[in-house]
Amino acid sequence: MKGFASRSLPPLHPGGEEIREMPAEALKCKECSTTYPLEARYVCERCFGPLEVAYRRPTHPPSDPAELKRRIQAGPGTLWRYADFLPVERVPRASLPTGLTPLVRADRLAERLGIGELWIKNETANPTHSFKDRVVSIALARAVELGFDTVACASTGNLAGAVAAHAAYAGLPAYVFIPADLEPEKILSTGAYGAQIVAVEGNYDAVNRLCTEVSGEREGWAFVNVNVRPYYAEGSKTLAFETAEQLGWEIPDRVVAPIASGSLFTKVARGFQEFIDAGLVGGGVPAMHGAQAEGCSPVAQAYAAGTDVCRPVKPDTIAKSLAIGNPADGPYAVELARRTGGSVDAVSDDEIRAGIRLLAETTGIFTETAGGVTTAVLAKLAERGEIDRGERVVAYITGDGLKTLDCVRGTFAVAEIEPRFEAFEDALGARV
Amino acid sequence: MAVTIKLPAQLRDAAGGASEATADGGTVGEVLDALYARHGELRERLAGDDGELRRFVNVYVKGEDIRFLDGLATPVADGDEVTILPAVAGG
Repeated sequence: MKGFASRSLPPLHPGGEEIREMPAEALKCKECSTTYPLEARYVCERCFGPLEVAYRRPTHPPSDPAELKRRIQAGPGTLWRYADFLPVERVPRASLPTGLTPLVRADRLAERLGIGELWIKNETANPTHSFKDRVVSIALARAVELGFDTVACASTGNLAGAVAAHAAYAGLPAYVFIPADLEPEKILSTGAYGAQIVAVEGNYDAVNRLCTEVSGEREGWAFVNVNVRPYYAEGSKTLAFETAEQLGWEIPDRVVAPIASGSLFTKVARGFQEFIDAGLVGGGVPAMHGAQAEGCSPVAQAYAAGTDVCRPVKPDTIAKSLAIGNPADGPYAVELARRTGGSVDAVSDDEIRAGIRLLAETTGIFTETAGGVTTAVLAKLAERGEIDRGERVVAYITGDGLKTLDCVRGTFAVAEIEPRFEAFEDALGARV
Repeated sequence: MAVTIKLPAQLRDAAGGASEATADGGTVGEVLDALYARHGELRERLAGDDGELRRFVNVYVKGEDIRFLDGLATPVADGDEVTILPAVAGG
């Protein structure tokens, strides 16, 4: 089966945005189940636990799976085809087309690793070349509904670019807060959209702390991953929705995905669960395997120690997009990996570089360091014999190698020659 | 020793609407106990039955997470700033 190339499909509701009943019902604390209205809030006032979107059941999604499947298939060629599962009142009339990225069959990589069936979800194909376009699409749509006039974020880089681009499309001012030592490619590709970049002296956790404080004082600012985070996080479910649809309404046996805060990892599983609950697919949630860099592996360490307490660490890794030392969804990620028969592994910076190289050489997909982490963990799982030959595996490659170019600098040789045939023959003639 | 405690927006209604409070104590734990003595509701919001901070509560002394220091036993000095914030996932 090939990945979709259906961005040109007509919109579900041509000529205007869809007015419908909001599929979501409330925000609910993941710790103590206290519910709150669907406002810009992200933390439970009773216990400080994170809030998550709760949906109306059984009316949302529609209870007839065949009808629901038809609605999805007739929908736009973007993540908005899954609007029945997303927490917005209106599907935006126009937005940067996000999602429905290719699911690429990776036979050469599978063969190299001894895996029976392997697919790569290629998130570099999103508008700003990472999965962050998904979460920002949902956050921005909801922020506009809630009346915000400015968008902001704390970012390890990919989110910065996504917020800047989607805000530019929507005509909203954007403020992006980043660690000052971020890769230059990420800073340049964010600034190009006209966002105000705020480079903070400190690591991501310091940036996040600052943004948490600022968001409490700036009414009118939607920090996509702070005060509208419950809506934002829902965007990652669409990674699972698309995977299932692109596999012909089936669920993979195993999934490998990176863990920074743990949000993507847990929401992918929730996406599969929602499709199962809606009767769209059979089976159960895949074995969920999380991937971290050794230089920032609080979740992998908790998993290895048999606890769900993720002790914060000070990140020191080339995988800056995963460098969150204090992962708020870490305990849930550990619990999920255990419950589904998965794992959480960590790999060294050298293994990350090798992972980038391995993926590029065998699939033609050039990923940033986070994808190197994912590929390296996939290789580790295969080597350990954790993947059965008969299993179908999906790896989520969440960002583009063009954003972390330094990691491949010097890893290959360039033949520099004079423009003469003899010079070519001298340099490479023996090889070609 | 007087320490300034910065409160997040989510806790201010339980502290009479203030964004800051001052309290005495030689450690973070003592300072928080002094705060709880004045605003009883804060105790159940921030601490579990075992007296430890709930797992999504982050406390910083002069900007450093107390989990990198000595937790609730982290010493504080006159004029130090203690910041309480909810944990927030990022990316």
